[in-house]
Amino acid sequence: MMIGDWLDIGSVDQITPGTARTLPVVGADEIAVFRTQKNEFYALVNKCPHKQGPLSQGIVHDNVVTCPLHNWNISLKTGEALGEDKGCVPTVPMRVDAGRMYLLRSAVVGSRAA
Amino acid sequence: MNAPASLMEKDRTTPVKERLVVIGNGMAGCRAVEEVLARDPARFDVTIFGAEPRVNYNRIMLSPVLAGEKAFDDIVINGEDWYADNGITLVSGDPVVAIDRATQTVVAKSGRVEPYDRLLIATGSDPFIIPVPGKDLAGVVTFRDLDDVDKMLAAAETGGSAVVIGGGLLGLEAAHGLSLRGMKVTVVHLMPTLMERQLDEAAGYLLKSELERRGQTIVTGGDTAEIIGKDGHVAGVKLKDGREFAADIVVMAVGIRPATGLAKAAGLEVERGIVVDDHMVTSDPAIMAVGECVQHRGACYGLVAPLWEMCRALADAACEQPSGYEGSVTSTKLKVSGIDLFSAGDFSGGDGAEDIVMRDAARGVYKRVVVKDNKLVGAVLYGDTADGNWYFDLLKKGEDISDIREALIFGQAFASGGALLDPNAAVAALSNDAEICGCNGVSKGKVIETINAGACSLDAVRSTCKASASCGSCTGLVESLLALTLGGEVQSGPKTLCKCTSFSHDDVRRLILEKNLRAIPQVMQELHWTTPDGCSSCRPALNYYLLCAWPGEYEDDQKSRFVNERLHANIQKDGTYSVVPRMWGGLTNPRELRAIADVVEKYNAPMVKVTGGQRLDIFGIKKEDLPAVWADLNAAGMVSGHAYGKSLRTVKTCVGSEWCRFGTQDSTGLGVKLERMTWGSWMPHKFKIAVSGCPRNCAEATIKDFGVVCVDSGYELHVGGNGGIKVRATDVLCKVSTEQEAMDVCAAFIQLYREQAHYLERTAPWIERVGLDHVKAGLFDDPDSVNRLAARFRYSQTFCQDDPWAERAAGKHAELHQHLAEVRPLQVEIA
Repeated sequence: MMIGDWLDIGSVDQITPGTARTLPVVGADEIAVFRTQKNEFYALVNKCPHKQGPLSQGIVHDNVVTCPLHNWNISLKTGEALGEDKGCVPTVPMRVDAGRMYLLRSAVVGSRAA
Repeated sequence: MNAPASLMEKDRTTPVKERLVVIGNGMAGCRAVEEVLARDPARFDVTIFGAEPRVNYNRIMLSPVLAGEKAFDDIVINGEDWYADNGITLVSGDPVVAIDRATQTVVAKSGRVEPYDRLLIATGSDPFIIPVPGKDLAGVVTFRDLDDVDKMLAAAETGGSAVVIGGGLLGLEAAHGLSLRGMKVTVVHLMPTLMERQLDEAAGYLLKSELERRGQTIVTGGDTAEIIGKDGHVAGVKLKDGREFAADIVVMAVGIRPATGLAKAAGLEVERGIVVDDHMVTSDPAIMAVGECVQHRGACYGLVAPLWEMCRALADAACEQPSGYEGSVTSTKLKVSGIDLFSAGDFSGGDGAEDIVMRDAARGVYKRVVVKDNKLVGAVLYGDTADGNWYFDLLKKGEDISDIREALIFGQAFASGGALLDPNAAVAALSNDAEICGCNGVSKGKVIETINAGACSLDAVRSTCKASASCGSCTGLVESLLALTLGGEVQSGPKTLCKCTSFSHDDVRRLILEKNLRAIPQVMQELHWTTPDGCSSCRPALNYYLLCAWPGEYEDDQKSRFVNERLHANIQKDGTYSVVPRMWGGLTNPRELRAIADVVEKYNAPMVKVTGGQRLDIFGIKKEDLPAVWADLNAAGMVSGHAYGKSLRTVKTCVGSEWCRFGTQDSTGLGVKLERMTWGSWMPHKFKIAVSGCPRNCAEATIKDFGVVCVDSGYELHVGGNGGIKVRATDVLCKVSTEQEAMDVCAAFIQLYREQAHYLERTAPWIERVGLDHVKAGLFDDPDSVNRLAARFRYSQTFCQDDPWAERAAGKHAELHQHLAEVRPLQVEIA
């Protein structure tokens, strides 16, 4: 792993399983970092494709988050809206190594929802 | 049998029934009587003797009682009314001590002598006690009846260590229960593999690893040398290899032997068990025997399924329509929650037996089927037991499986070439005697019979033949049978809670109490949720139902709360929050108003608005600033207004008799008292109260969930109003004459709503659904109901009236408010 490509954003135990926390990025979109009950980690731009609701505040179930504004279900894996709804939020490549969480630096700085 | 001539004479006037005496009030004895009654209720006068001082209960459910998943009342099969309704004499707590075949009488311990025409021995089995030193010490128990469970529970209360001797079905269930009750558990098993009679080595290994992962110590190949005592009480277990394990209680679960003492003393033919023929008749034609005490065609059984079949044959014979019992092929499921394990038939291999094995380590699945002469002879499934019934059916029918052999291991859907991917077709392919509901021993034929007799919905089937009424794992099968039997005429039951479950809101609420379910994952596990951790609909609902069921005990699950209730503020479209401090009864003062004004300026809140509920709403607060805002408001004496919650929102008042020239009562004062009583409570949905001081109703009390309209002579209490999408005026509930009565009825009504409504159901649709009469009956039919409900509400409130803002302002759950970190160009700052 090239350390320089990946941004260390902290230790995994800062996020309770089944919840998310936020990571504001100066000059780009805020990122929501999720940890599922099965201990999978995902990072997405913190904006629902529907009306830009903060996905980080939604209820997480399996690898899906339900947006707190209008209950759209968003896949944490793909960022795609599930069911009848159509839309997609950008995802940020993420990896966990030795208890630390890393985001792909280029994706963080360049993350801006279209 | 031939009746004596004198009785024949008597028959012409009053019919004389044969006297059937049953020794044993357990599952076998009672099931046999049930089967006989179902065929010919008038044939016998029945007397049942039981050694235990209680009614008939489901012994196989003792494990869930030990584990705290069920209460004794839940496992009673036949309550006292069953004996009374069927004219059965129950002699409990007075065991039979002798059978006199010459005079056809039995003698009980008390000296009672009971004559019989037909005698049924259903004495079951006794636990086997290994003859080691220390076996008689206090604290050495078996696992056979409720008294044993009580002893284990008493030991578990003080914590400490338990050693379970025996790693078979019963021993592991005992170990699981004690472990859940907080004891440190060691299982000592003589053989190298756990449950070696049911499992092969590989499945035994998976089971052992899973139990160890759960904190139990599993010792295989452990041969007990002695039970060590201290001051007459058990202190530990010593193995022959010298190892010692401390123990405050030792559970002996190494096996059972048929209880044949009475039969042997009476001179009946007894080998390992009481020898019976295919009609369950012993060597004395007047005496039958059934259950674990018998030996049939050389075999003794210690499981429940053969018992159902034996009882059927016995009742057929006793009612002169003999069918005959041909022995049982048995299958086993382990009742340890979270472990799916199934075994049936013979898997010991041997000549000509071939194994087909599939493993999926990632899912923790192991499947093995044993084939001999193109027939399935054994199956062991671990981790995925969905096809257990199908394999068991193939095995019992002895069908030729050569056509499906290649796909056999992948299960029914695959083996049938996709044709059975339709679940209805899969169920249609099961034979009539295939077991559908394992908990209640209901076959496919019985379910179809129940449906044909008029049960047209899942609920009706559940209440009639009990299939799918206990754990719900067979609900899909029952639904398929409904569809197959009735075609399009299936009546849909109440709506399910959400797509994750087949149970309705009411079912889930009932089962939480019945099964004593205490946490969301436990509800999902026990009620067979189809998703790993629910969805955004069921999680908040379950959190509320558990909170309501176990006040003060259930720990609120923040991740199952909608954002507003998690952050104690209302999310707005731009992701900021609005904050509404509580103003009791709509009253405020300069200090509060100054504090609110200061907050608005300090945090640049873009808007302040007076709400419909007589409060001030501060808009545009960021989630990071919420704790600081709350600290400032707390400092001025204000607490959370719960404008964000499925909870008491506001009590709206008019100025009443204190100022208004029309006022009849102190509506403001009563409003403040009601708000002080009800604030902080969690409810199925938001709840609004108003108190108007006269029928001009300036506080709009007749569109609130609970409204008080004061009149000269007292207080009119109104319920079920709503000013939302569909305006609904309240129904008048009652009229009372004092403030105290108004408060009591308010508390009682809220509690009834809390306990009975579906999550996210306001009082208006709730009352429309159940009817005002139902609500009135719940409150007033029993003169004590109001007091009882109000007491439950007030008890629950003792845990709810801590200001949630204050603890957040003091730093609790800071992670909910703070960012993880902040990224600036070319650097990252860790928070």
